[in-house]
Amino acid sequence: MIIEHPLLGPRDASEFTYMGDAALIHRPDWTATTAVQDFADYGYLRDNPAGRHRELWFHEGGDRSWLVVTRDTTTHAITSVELARDVARREGRSR
Amino acid sequence: MTQSNRLDGGLINRDRPINFTFDDIPYQGFKGDTLASALLANNVRLMGRSFKYHRPRGPLTASSEEPNAIVELRDGARKEPNTRATTAELFEGLTAKSQNRWPSLAFDMMAINDRFSSFLAAGFYYKTFMWPAAFWEKLYEPIIRRAAGLGSAALEPDPDSYDKGFLHCDFLITGAGPTGLMAALTAGRAGAQVILADEDSLVGGRLNCETITVNDQAGSDWVRAVQAELADMPNVRIMTRTTVIGAFDHGIYGALERVSDHLPVPANGKPRQILWRIYSKRSLLAAGAIERPIAFEQNDRPGIMLASALRAYANRWAATPAQQIAIFTNNDDGYRSAADLQAKGVSVAAVIDTRPDAQTSAEWEVLAGATIVNTSGRRGLTGIQVKLADGSVRHIKCGAVGVSGGWNPNVHLASHQRGRPEWHAEIAAFGPGQNLPQGMSVAGAAAGHLSTYGALKSGVEGATAVLADLGKAATAPELPQAEDAPVKITPFWHVAGAKRAWLDQQNDVTAKDVKLAHQENFVSVEHLKRYTTLGMATDQGKTSNMGGLAIMSELAGKPIPQVGTTIFRPPYTPTAIGAFAGRSRDADFRPVRKTPSHTWAEEQNAVFVEVGMWLRAQWFPRTGETHWRQSVDREVLQTRKSVGICDVTTLGKIDVQGADAATFLNKIYCNPFAKVPVGKVRYGLMLREDGIAMDDGTAARLAEDHFVVTTTTANAVGVYRHMEFVRQCLFPDLDVQLISTTEAWAQYSVAGPNARALLKKVVDPEHDISNEAFPYMACGEVSVGQVRSRLFRISFSGEMAYEIAVPTRYGDALIRRLVEAGKEFDAVVYGTEALGVMRIEKGHAAGNELNGTTSALNLGMGRMVNKKKDSIGSTLSKRDGMNGPDALKLVGLKPVDPSKPVPAGAHLMTKGSPVDAAHDQGYVTSACYSPNLGHHIALAFLRSGDSRLGEVIRLVSPLTGQDHDVEVVSAHFIDPEGDRLRV
Amino acid sequence: MSDLHKKWSATDVNNNYISVIVTLKESDSMRYSGLRVIKEALTGHKGWSPAWRDATPKPEYDIIVIGGGGHGLATAYYLAKIYGQRRVAVLEKGWIGGGNVGRNTTIIRSNYMLDGNEPFYEFSLKLWEGLEQDLNYNAMVSQRGILNLIHSDAQRDAFVRRGNAMMLNGADADLMTTQQIKKKYPFLNTTDARFPIKGGLAQHRGGTVRHDAVAWGYARAADQQGVDIIQNCEVTGFIMENGTCCGVETTRGTIRATKVASCVAGSSGRVMEMAGLRLPIESHVLQAFVSEGLKPLLPGVITFGAGHFYCSQSDKGGLVFGGDIDGYNSYAQRGNLPVVEDVCEGGMAIFPMLGRIRLLRMWGGIMDMSMDGSPIIDRTSIDGLYFNGGWCYGGFKATPASGYAYAHLLARDEPHPTATAYRFDRFNRGLMIDEKGMGNQPNLH
Repeated sequence: MIIEHPLLGPRDASEFTYMGDAALIHRPDWTATTAVQDFADYGYLRDNPAGRHRELWFHEGGDRSWLVVTRDTTTHAITSVELARDVARREGRSR
Repeated sequence: MTQSNRLDGGLINRDRPINFTFDDIPYQGFKGDTLASALLANNVRLMGRSFKYHRPRGPLTASSEEPNAIVELRDGARKEPNTRATTAELFEGLTAKSQNRWPSLAFDMMAINDRFSSFLAAGFYYKTFMWPAAFWEKLYEPIIRRAAGLGSAALEPDPDSYDKGFLHCDFLITGAGPTGLMAALTAGRAGAQVILADEDSLVGGRLNCETITVNDQAGSDWVRAVQAELADMPNVRIMTRTTVIGAFDHGIYGALERVSDHLPVPANGKPRQILWRIYSKRSLLAAGAIERPIAFEQNDRPGIMLASALRAYANRWAATPAQQIAIFTNNDDGYRSAADLQAKGVSVAAVIDTRPDAQTSAEWEVLAGATIVNTSGRRGLTGIQVKLADGSVRHIKCGAVGVSGGWNPNVHLASHQRGRPEWHAEIAAFGPGQNLPQGMSVAGAAAGHLSTYGALKSGVEGATAVLADLGKAATAPELPQAEDAPVKITPFWHVAGAKRAWLDQQNDVTAKDVKLAHQENFVSVEHLKRYTTLGMATDQGKTSNMGGLAIMSELAGKPIPQVGTTIFRPPYTPTAIGAFAGRSRDADFRPVRKTPSHTWAEEQNAVFVEVGMWLRAQWFPRTGETHWRQSVDREVLQTRKSVGICDVTTLGKIDVQGADAATFLNKIYCNPFAKVPVGKVRYGLMLREDGIAMDDGTAARLAEDHFVVTTTTANAVGVYRHMEFVRQCLFPDLDVQLISTTEAWAQYSVAGPNARALLKKVVDPEHDISNEAFPYMACGEVSVGQVRSRLFRISFSGEMAYEIAVPTRYGDALIRRLVEAGKEFDAVVYGTEALGVMRIEKGHAAGNELNGTTSALNLGMGRMVNKKKDSIGSTLSKRDGMNGPDALKLVGLKPVDPSKPVPAGAHLMTKGSPVDAAHDQGYVTSACYSPNLGHHIALAFLRSGDSRLGEVIRLVSPLTGQDHDVEVVSAHFIDPEGDRLRV
Repeated sequence: MSDLHKKWSATDVNNNYISVIVTLKESDSMRYSGLRVIKEALTGHKGWSPAWRDATPKPEYDIIVIGGGGHGLATAYYLAKIYGQRRVAVLEKGWIGGGNVGRNTTIIRSNYMLDGNEPFYEFSLKLWEGLEQDLNYNAMVSQRGILNLIHSDAQRDAFVRRGNAMMLNGADADLMTTQQIKKKYPFLNTTDARFPIKGGLAQHRGGTVRHDAVAWGYARAADQQGVDIIQNCEVTGFIMENGTCCGVETTRGTIRATKVASCVAGSSGRVMEMAGLRLPIESHVLQAFVSEGLKPLLPGVITFGAGHFYCSQSDKGGLVFGGDIDGYNSYAQRGNLPVVEDVCEGGMAIFPMLGRIRLLRMWGGIMDMSMDGSPIIDRTSIDGLYFNGGWCYGGFKATPASGYAYAHLLARDEPHPTATAYRFDRFNRGLMIDEKGMGNQPNLH
């Protein structure tokens, strides 16, 4: 696979390390009364779609940025690649 | 032996005779021959035995789809079993042996299987050999295993080397036949970066095997002209002997270049083969088509081959399997073989055409509406029986039959991403479907354009479309003149009523086996394949799948496309495992990381051990020490008595900088880090989000906004990745930056009562490292010989200790200076074994305890998990299952009988309870002999261990034969109060 | 079958090379046996009947098993055979045995370490040991042994712990020296290996099984017990009434059932999504490989401990080998080149004679990678809906016990004694069964 790195251009997927669902960005609030259940759901449950999947890849053999890659799990076609940090900020991790 | 079946002409070089042997008999062929063509020219048709029935076999094809003529090529360590004689290029001194026969190819005892074939029908083994159960491994299976298999592998290491390479192009063209050549010409002239790859040693594809003309030139002459033009284009790379083996994601192709397989041995310094990874923007599959046979009674005798192979041998290699041949066809293409062979002086006994309306001919006899109903000749064809249209049977003498059942587009690569081929009724075959790999298009015969002109035109059109896609202007080359014969075919798959008509010749799958599969409900194509083994041989069913499918379609009463089709899997042809491995084998399997003291350690005759990619000194034997324990005990005792030096460079080091560095580490570690003073080191325990310990180490605060974090050697990479995840994904606005500095700093531990005295001689005198100025857990920047250094007062051994770091390039100088300075203290240098002994004596957890299943609570550090802050893993640590009253706790163990070992991996049982899994109380994680205590000691996880100190329990290790009592003690065997650390 | 008592003489119907006289009893008519094979061979194989009936779906069953793979078919078989369930159907969207039971590397073993796993896998191995006689189907269960190589002291410690756990659970284990191993595998690289071999943990009762035959054997035996096996019947939805699952919608119509049992490893996410459930599972692709056929070379199953490579040799002669998953979520049933290279590098690291042996075919299967690397056999939060999945790439060896335990759960509504730990709520409770210690990252298990 080839991942179109937003800063570095096309890079072979073997330079990257995969983590999983980009929903892992959405770490729950530890102060909530339901925190243990929230963290268990966050840590263990996955949508695991057959189709469009937003997922985290780490450019281990490169610039060490975490990326959010949108990829189809049935064809492996990649439709977008963003810096995870930008995604995290956009999706409310700024505080 | 003379080349009695050598014809005139051909693309062989008669000035270059080549000597070779087959089954130890010497023969001669010519440069340009394959092993198969040279053997045929020498009147050898019998080249192999089939898999199951050990039937005599000769080549079916002249190409890589060959199921029959497979041999053991070369010998000794270079032996290559299962090599297709049809693609093995002849070289001087080539040796080949037939395989899957005993004692000889001509007289194969295992051919007895053929006599019993009706007992060995598809799937017979699923129905028997079940009694008694124990006999399977002892009796039945060994017999089956010995009888099965094909060639035998060399048992010595492969002496040749393999390389890997990476290529990038706009346009990859697979197949350099007429289609591929025209596509390359079109794209090359338009300036695109083109790779034209072909498995053959020659470009040209079928044009090398036909008498067809292009622009009134011989096809092969036209090919040479185009090749010359392409060769002059710097943007076109022609790769012959290069098989595109697989279509992978995003336009990436695997290709195998056989650099040296046509040579006796690889030239000096050259690899045998190269595995190329080709990154293409677009690709064109121009892999042509593969002729398919018709199944008929006893259709597997040597001499019976595809009609296209028959004329390929005659036209390209000037060889014929026999002087009298017949043709069996259901389409017009078969007649080309009759014409070409006859033109070369071979006698055509008859053309048997299944079509009742076949035209008669003045050149040869045409038997219209006829079929072959039997054949004769034990080790090679001698004659056939033909059932004529009127029902009468005629015997015809011939030594070869060219069979043509039509052509299947070669869609192998098109289905590598599980795209299904589609039925093309006009050619009665499957062609490429809609779901092609990204960026791929298909042209020429592979797309069903079976005429020469159609292929040439399709190549131009295919390339033009690709160029438009790539935004490049193209001027289509003028199309050459060539034949444009329409496909005239009446599908005919098998001669009805045959008792034994082979479909898959290598695996011995007959039409009857398909019938049996149908009868037993193995109707789906995949069931058919798996039950009968159809298409599972080394040729992967390239010539056989269609026939099986057609027969199943008849039996099921459904049209072929409704029965389905199988898809192909990579690689296109079997590919050497060595090529996939490249240079990463044996000692070079993975790179070696060496510490800065490595050269010095080698000088000291250190024994090294693999720690991940690192090589670390395990111990340093001295003269007279004959057992490793002597060295290790000495290193431990001397360190605790005076001082020891150890290279700890391999520990991961991560620089953490920024205004929010402390806030960040407070998230990363479960224990508090917000208020670590500058100039202090704190031990930190890092949890995974699931509350399990990930790693431990230290963080030294060198400045308000600067920490240096250490990790264990094993987890250095993973911890860094994790910290970047937390930084970038979870807390993207923290002002903090990370960088791994593991390789940037050489770091040594100096431990023992004389550590400070030693270091004082090394560290520049302006730095006060006294206990008062630089107490336990202090850190700071110092210098050594004016070289910038870092000093940490931390201890893994339990002794008063420092770790000193200098830039890596000074690492060698520093170890030499430390050792020199240590002489007056009788300092030792110690390796990983002594390091391990001392940390067990001290009760420090390491990799064996941080095994990915243990929590802070298990490690006896439950109270470190700060409940008042949010850190990674703190919330999920609270789950009840991780906090049960009988949770495992880290304890120390010592043997009740001091002479006994306490082996790691042993399990623990309460005294008096049964010894079984249900009563398991825990396990030993780390163990060693303690030279300070004079007996073995161990760390262990024990249920409720912290409340069982003093209890005598039973240690069992049935695997290693131990069963004795041990006493539960504190994990801190040495200096439990930590006084030594602080002096 | 009136002619079954007739005496068959080979010379009558075949040829002169053999002369066999066989008498078959009436009761043998459905059974497979050596005598039956001979009898059929002499009579043109006309007597073989379908291995299983192609059933048409009935409007209602007691229990519907979704998924005609190894586990689903085994579940149906044990439901009927052991638990007396008579109205059971297996629904398969394609052809039976088309999932991972038809695309794995055929290894069976019970060399697990943790309490939650080892009793279950040992139960499974014991079922394998009697399977062929039970099913009357030769699945070529071959206890040729499995050997895990050791390359470091820490690895030895972990393997000793594991071997002891196996033995304490009644399984067999054997710590072998490098010399003993070398005797069995003389071409093993013990001279210049990057990670020298320091011994190995063997389970001699481990081995291989002809994978497709497992599906067919269970299908045939289940069919004979009255189970309806329905191919080309894809589940398209669940029928929910008052929060209870009462059946399924399929491409072949509505089928109602008292209990619906999902058993579709690889597709678990897709199927359970129709019930609105999220799972502690990701789907990943695992590639596997087979070489060209060779004369016997490898006596048993062997795994490399410092890289990703394991290998055995099939009875047909092909080396069957594999390594690690590709590592990214995928339903594509195919992988990529870097992993192929990684696996072959592992092979060449320990067996440098593999270089000239050719890889014949590579393929991919979809693995239900769970969050702790261990499976789930449990009720779901929806009444009437049950789940079996999360087998990671250990599902094949588990087939008999998985079917047995799932049948037990379905019939009795309580977990089988060997499968009590395989619950959904273990993640909420912190009772993970994590053999490899990799935590909640499925691609690391």
